[in-house]
Amino acid sequence: MAEHMEHVEHSEHIGSSGFYWLIWAILIAATFLTAWIATIDLGAINTVVALIIATCKASIVVLFFMHVKYTSEKMTKAVLIAAVFWLILMLVLSLADYSTRYAG
Amino acid sequence: MSDRAGTGESPLVLEHEDRPELRHHFADVVQQRNAASLGMWWFLGTEIMFFGGMFCGYLIYRRAYFPEFAAGSISLNLLAGTLNTAVLICSSLTVALAVRASQLGKRKQLVNLLLATIFFGVCFLVVKGFEWRKEYTEHHIPTFYFDTQDMAQKSPNLHIDPQHAKIFFSLYFALTGVHALHMIVGIGIFSVITFMAWRGRFTPEYHTPVEIAGLYWHFVDIVWIYLFPLLYLIDRRPGA
Amino acid sequence: MATAAVSTERKNYLNAEYGIRSWLLTTDHKRIALLYLLSITFFFFVGGFFALLIRLELLTPAGDLMTADMYNKAFTMHGQIMVFFFLIPSIPAVLGNFLIPMMIGAKDLAFPRINLLSWYIYIVAGGLYLYCLATGGVDTGWTFYTPYSSLFSNTHVVEAGLSIFIVGFSSILTGLNFVVTVHRMRAPGMTWSRLPLFVWSHYATSIIMLLGTPVIAITLLLVVLERTLNLGIFDPSRGGDPVLFQHLFWFYSHPAVYIMILPSMAVISEIVPCFSRKRVFGYSFVAASSIAIAAIGFLVWAHHMFVAGISLYSALVFSFLSFLVAVPSAVKVFNWTATMYKGSISFSTPMLYAFGFIGLFTIGGLTGLFLATLGVDVHVHDTYFVIAHFHYVMVGGAVMGYLGGMHFWWPKISGRMYPEGWGRLAAMIVFIGFNLTFFPQFVVGYLGMPRRYWQYPPEFQVYNVLSTAGASILAVGYLLPMVYLLWSLRYGKPAPDNPWQATGLEWKTASPPPTFNFEETPVVTWEAYEYETMPLPDEVTLER
Repeated sequence: MAEHMEHVEHSEHIGSSGFYWLIWAILIAATFLTAWIATIDLGAINTVVALIIATCKASIVVLFFMHVKYTSEKMTKAVLIAAVFWLILMLVLSLADYSTRYAG
Repeated sequence: MSDRAGTGESPLVLEHEDRPELRHHFADVVQQRNAASLGMWWFLGTEIMFFGGMFCGYLIYRRAYFPEFAAGSISLNLLAGTLNTAVLICSSLTVALAVRASQLGKRKQLVNLLLATIFFGVCFLVVKGFEWRKEYTEHHIPTFYFDTQDMAQKSPNLHIDPQHAKIFFSLYFALTGVHALHMIVGIGIFSVITFMAWRGRFTPEYHTPVEIAGLYWHFVDIVWIYLFPLLYLIDRRPGA
Repeated sequence: MATAAVSTERKNYLNAEYGIRSWLLTTDHKRIALLYLLSITFFFFVGGFFALLIRLELLTPAGDLMTADMYNKAFTMHGQIMVFFFLIPSIPAVLGNFLIPMMIGAKDLAFPRINLLSWYIYIVAGGLYLYCLATGGVDTGWTFYTPYSSLFSNTHVVEAGLSIFIVGFSSILTGLNFVVTVHRMRAPGMTWSRLPLFVWSHYATSIIMLLGTPVIAITLLLVVLERTLNLGIFDPSRGGDPVLFQHLFWFYSHPAVYIMILPSMAVISEIVPCFSRKRVFGYSFVAASSIAIAAIGFLVWAHHMFVAGISLYSALVFSFLSFLVAVPSAVKVFNWTATMYKGSISFSTPMLYAFGFIGLFTIGGLTGLFLATLGVDVHVHDTYFVIAHFHYVMVGGAVMGYLGGMHFWWPKISGRMYPEGWGRLAAMIVFIGFNLTFFPQFVVGYLGMPRRYWQYPPEFQVYNVLSTAGASILAVGYLLPMVYLLWSLRYGKPAPDNPWQATGLEWKTASPPPTFNFEETPVVTWEAYEYETMPLPDEVTLER
């Protein structure tokens, strides 16, 4: 049968407002955390930590504010993963050129 | 109930009459809503690639000119950046609560939350405006008189080539400028949505525009969530 | 007798409403397809005009027809118009728009108003490009390489760049519409494995449009900003990197060539089974090959940059990946051929174009492998060998597919049959003219004639003369369909619903179809190419 028949949503997920406030608190905390950690000398790890925190924040927004955790639509997740993967592809293959050149 | 097309005419015709927001080429509102949602998610996918091109440029140049990028980052106002990040997170909260209000049919609450979202968006732009003005007075805007003396003073341990620093700031303004443009468009969209909400156009059965606009807003927030560390936190270690 | 019978009686999408407003404010995907048809045909002739200038100049070794600067503008604008305003929109915006809803049993695309918006965006972009042309044009080469485009060129780079930036959004919105439509609007029973391969190919094309076009958009925007604000991000004397521009540019522009060829392959996948009276050999492989082309096509872009200064190691990787991308294309060619094997072949006009496509695309594709080979590319990069390669795939491939498709679906679109004799004649003239134009370019390129030069050593003249002669024949071949297709609108035989006895839901509606495509939403219970159950087409539809 056609695809959309499998995904008829009879009810949307309605989050509780308390839960959204919790997510907000986590995001605010993570923001101050990342700003604070940046002032500590971890060498090259600083950047990695900052990006990890950013990715956690972004994932939280995607999963909970954008309801991706609660959707039964496979396509939503597929599009998101595809776009992110394509971006990483572009970055990695470009970097592959620059990082394998001779110095200078 | 939400029986798909094809066999009977009357259920469809009835649904099209009952639901004026149901457009003729869709069989039922669920199909319409799912199409709108997928369309917006794909559009956000294109936006990831759009910003992605600039991220690629940023990545290559940061590797090549790290000292200038670090110095440029240090010259940005960390407090303003952190505050703006928090402001956008607040706006994402109000958007999520607004979508919830529309799901529950709470019109007044919906309008208030949408207005709050717009308010936070404007706050963000105002802070950004002040930051850009500061860049102007510090001579960090590439197209005008450009000077890196203050950067050299703030970061005496870094060797700063002004031309390379210019590249940092070109990317800074391109990234935050395109982001700001997206914010402005978002505020425009939300203004329209707020008006529609005020006029009672949204019900628990039909509030797709609120959801779709919300997705867009959250995306713009996520872009900033990445811009913040990439621009403001390149090297904030003491003594850098 | 013949002309009066059908059109005045039955309501269809053409006569449903009259007046210019009903066309300019339409949301009917079929009308929008025709709006696009007019626009892209217009730009085809503008781009063709520049081709004419180029070939005239190259008749003689000396630069005697125009100045070098004018020649630079001619090849730049020929390329930009043909790529961005003709090839990329052509089949998707005309045939895709027209057919996809019908092929899946839907009343329209998912977002009809966005469909109309995408046409208006195209028009605005086209207008801006014409303005650029009228005020002096652009001379950077279609590839906008920096720092010439961002700094040194004195031509209208900003207008050209912005216009292509804008037309990119037309493409993105078309792709968006197609993807959502195929996911959400299929009729009951129309599963993915029953979809016509035309739809599969357009789906793959749309993925490329969505993921690739935004990158060239931001890249051109950066060039415009660099030029207007004097930034320096692509200026080597200020620490900028021209190779970065090339990475960003080709990240889109290589997949763009698959945007140009996949829809044409889509057409061939419909024509070949119909005129072989046989189901497509290896349906799932052909469907999967479309997706594979789209995916792998994103991994090969730096093969345009082998001599630009990229690292040897990345060049090796990109070379290997470029060999890989030939595989799914080859799968298609093999499967079309296997479809024809032991089929009942008729040499109708669409089938002639399909034969032409298969042969010429194969040559073009194989010469692509020459170019993917690092050692060979060092020798032939930026020569006429490259030009011949891409014209074989783009013109011998994509344009032949476009013409074949226009003929195949003409009865459905217009309700009229075109004159078959003239159709076949034009197809053969196109084939002969094409090969005479571009085959000598392989030879002269291999012998060392550089591209984008307006004068050349005298020993290359004979090849250039042959090429220009071929171009004049090709031009006749392109003009003929314009004439007889228009003629058929008034004097052509009224078309039956299914003149070719083809499978596919679009052939189950009237020719031309009613505005909402189907009286009742179809329920599909059959596979895609069940030609064994179809009667043979009427002798009449295939006669001279």
